[in-house]
Amino acid sequence: MIRLEKRPNPSRLWTALTPVLAVVLTMLVGGIMFALLGKPPLEAIRTIFWDPLFHPQFAGYSRPQLLVKAGPLILIAIGLSVGFRAGIWNIGAEGQYIMGAVCGAAVGLAFYPADTWLLFPLMAIAGALGGWAWAMIPAFLKTRFGTNEILVSLMLVYVAENILASASAGWLRNPEGMGFPGSRNFKQWASVYNDELVINTGMHWGVVAAFIAVIAAYVLMARHIQGFNIRLTGEAPRAARFSGVSPARIIFLCLGISGALAGMAGLFEVTGPAGQISIDFNSGYGFTAIIVAFLGRLNPFGILLAGLLMALTYIGGELAQLMLGLPGASIQLFQGMLLFFLLATDVFTNYRVRLTGREVA
Amino acid sequence: MADTLLSIRGLTKAYPGVVANDDVSFDIMKGEIHALLGENGAGKSTLVKMIFGLVKPDKGEMLLDGAAYAPGKPSDARLSGVAMVFQHFSLFDALDVAENVALGMETPPPMRDLARQIKEVSETYGLPLDPYRVVGTLSAGERQRVEIIRCLLQNPRLLIMDEPTSVLTPQEVDILFETLRKLKSEGTSILYISHKLEEIRTLCDEATILRLGKKVGTCTPREVTARQMAEMMVGSSFLTPEPKATEKGAVLLKCDKLSMPAPGAFGTPLREISLEVRAGEVLGIGGVAGNGQDELLMALSGERLAPKGAIWFKGGDISRDGPMKRRDAGLLSGPEERLGHAAAPNMSLTENAVLTGARRKGLVSNGFIDWGKAKGFAEEVIARFDVRTPGPGVAARALSGGNLQKYVVGREILQAPDVFVVNQPTWGVDAAAAAAIRQALLDLAAKGAAIICISQDLDELMEISDRFGALNEGRLSPTRAVAELDIEKIGLMMGGAHDMEVAHVDG
Repeated sequence: MIRLEKRPNPSRLWTALTPVLAVVLTMLVGGIMFALLGKPPLEAIRTIFWDPLFHPQFAGYSRPQLLVKAGPLILIAIGLSVGFRAGIWNIGAEGQYIMGAVCGAAVGLAFYPADTWLLFPLMAIAGALGGWAWAMIPAFLKTRFGTNEILVSLMLVYVAENILASASAGWLRNPEGMGFPGSRNFKQWASVYNDELVINTGMHWGVVAAFIAVIAAYVLMARHIQGFNIRLTGEAPRAARFSGVSPARIIFLCLGISGALAGMAGLFEVTGPAGQISIDFNSGYGFTAIIVAFLGRLNPFGILLAGLLMALTYIGGELAQLMLGLPGASIQLFQGMLLFFLLATDVFTNYRVRLTGREVA
Repeated sequence: MADTLLSIRGLTKAYPGVVANDDVSFDIMKGEIHALLGENGAGKSTLVKMIFGLVKPDKGEMLLDGAAYAPGKPSDARLSGVAMVFQHFSLFDALDVAENVALGMETPPPMRDLARQIKEVSETYGLPLDPYRVVGTLSAGERQRVEIIRCLLQNPRLLIMDEPTSVLTPQEVDILFETLRKLKSEGTSILYISHKLEEIRTLCDEATILRLGKKVGTCTPREVTARQMAEMMVGSSFLTPEPKATEKGAVLLKCDKLSMPAPGAFGTPLREISLEVRAGEVLGIGGVAGNGQDELLMALSGERLAPKGAIWFKGGDISRDGPMKRRDAGLLSGPEERLGHAAAPNMSLTENAVLTGARRKGLVSNGFIDWGKAKGFAEEVIARFDVRTPGPGVAARALSGGNLQKYVVGREILQAPDVFVVNQPTWGVDAAAAAAIRQALLDLAAKGAAIICISQDLDELMEISDRFGALNEGRLSPTRAVAELDIEKIGLMMGGAHDMEVAHVDG
């Protein structure tokens, strides 16, 4: 019989090992899936994990994409991880990301065609505020009426998508766009274009912000009393209240941080790689970031690595679609598997597996 | 030898890393009330589980009435005439008494017959119980009766009782003892597990004492003192705390008709609680569990805010202040539930030091935690309160109950509170550690702090308190000096018959 025995202390070894094990298992089962789809499994996995970085022909294009994709994932995931540590489940980062992009872009476009370096920081702040405000809705409803933040934040994603659609087709539409939906293109507006800071690296302001967020989150969670209170609330809510932590304040703080970071990520995306507000501007970063946060064990540096890995599967997935004709859904399935295996192997951090024979009489 | 009922010979049971029972042998005579004594972790439960067929011994044998006895499961034990009343009840709240009893039987008779049997047994043994009452409406004492009657219906030859009095008022204890004596007179043997030494002295014929899995002695409880038994249990003599007759100072904490609604469906509302506690004084608050103890602690710690004007500390109204403000002012508290309330289970002892010590111990400056200082404070608590742990980096949940209790109580005491409110400070703690905690509380009072000790252990309250009050359904009886109380009066206070109320209305 297999028995699980609770460890007195969470195992440090397994905490570090489970993400690796999850990746390996995903590769294995993913490979089987690809084989069942009639694609060569080894080649598919090499295309996803190896080619984006080292393929002689494609790597030149896809290597900078790594940071472009990882940046928003990391930035959003860092914010989410803060809330998850407190047991506050913001599932609606996608909506906050959209609202950040819309608000930031709207503020910028209101000044079109101003030519001042002040505008971009202003837009970044507006983007953060937009995401923050969107996250305050579930926070307020939770603290005031005891609603479930998971449902409310998730529902608000669909509201945000509709706002995005109306913005790109209506009130933010490019007046010179000949009636096509979509805002003015920021790539053609030098003073606010969030271009690569170093050529051919993919490094834009959003990536810089993500790196700063990683360090700030580490300091917050490891050294600051607010970070301690957040962890305490997640670990033992009653002990937190006994300590004097106000649950409502933690809810506002955590949802606020994750909303603001998601909003900022949206703004950096719309002014940079995306270039404009369009109906399909959002590409699911807000949801994928949930996987990134867990894959990174809610640890800032773990999230940094997880974000890069996830970005790799994105780029590699696209490459696999292109070169091997793998269906897009199978790539998403592949990413989902990663989270699934991570959560499954997680049991080893807190439990020890024991094989027991029948007890001898 | 003819009148030996159960003979235990060389029972040994080892778990990975610990020998729970090491070559334990003793006999239980027919019609004898036999006490099994020992600290927490001495191996009492393992031994009893082996007798009841829940655990199989590694070595050794048992003889029941001269025949080999090796129960493979509890139903085997029941068939052989061994029954057990557990410390924690397994009853369904939504069902009535008869239905609950039927659920525990292999072949229950028709309900009406069963109800009649229950009534008979309950009358014969002086345990009044209505078979049609829904269990959810019963008190802890009545629930225990359900369990006892469930056992008695099987006509057991040996009845095992695990800490039966921990949930009872003194009056209920008397009723229980009458029942047990009646059973004994009919020839039933009883194995009685407890750490309440006075009880054992009044009830039991023989006692077997376990320490660290080994039998360390037997005695006839009537012929030795409680202190001698305690010393055998602990293996060394320990100090009985002695209250010092210090001058009582000014009133530090005062509750003025503190009323609060119940915190949830299973909570108890607080009703017009008035109390005062002075510098250098220990106020003991007794009562059966679930009568507002937790709620009172939360009201005093600031976890739940009281209505304006209800709680006064050093002359100022602190009713609306949260836990941090109260701690800053010098009012500290220690909740009953160690894991999850007083301490975060998965966090290290150092982190748990920050939990309440952050501000008073200056562990935080400009919002940043000084982990070095926090570790230092944790180590100080560990050293001063003899907490057995490999170090402050260990998760709180890895500590045994007693050690964690020493840690969380020590953490507050070392912050030098002016008023310390503590709920069940020695619950589940072994005798030596309990004595140390009580002594620490008395020392704190001697230095001029006021202490409110909420406890269900009356012996403890009598030992350390200057004054005593009892909680009953969220009401606090008028408090009286311990010196003028006897067990009868205490029982009445706990039962809610406030015969002294009239005289104190204007208090």
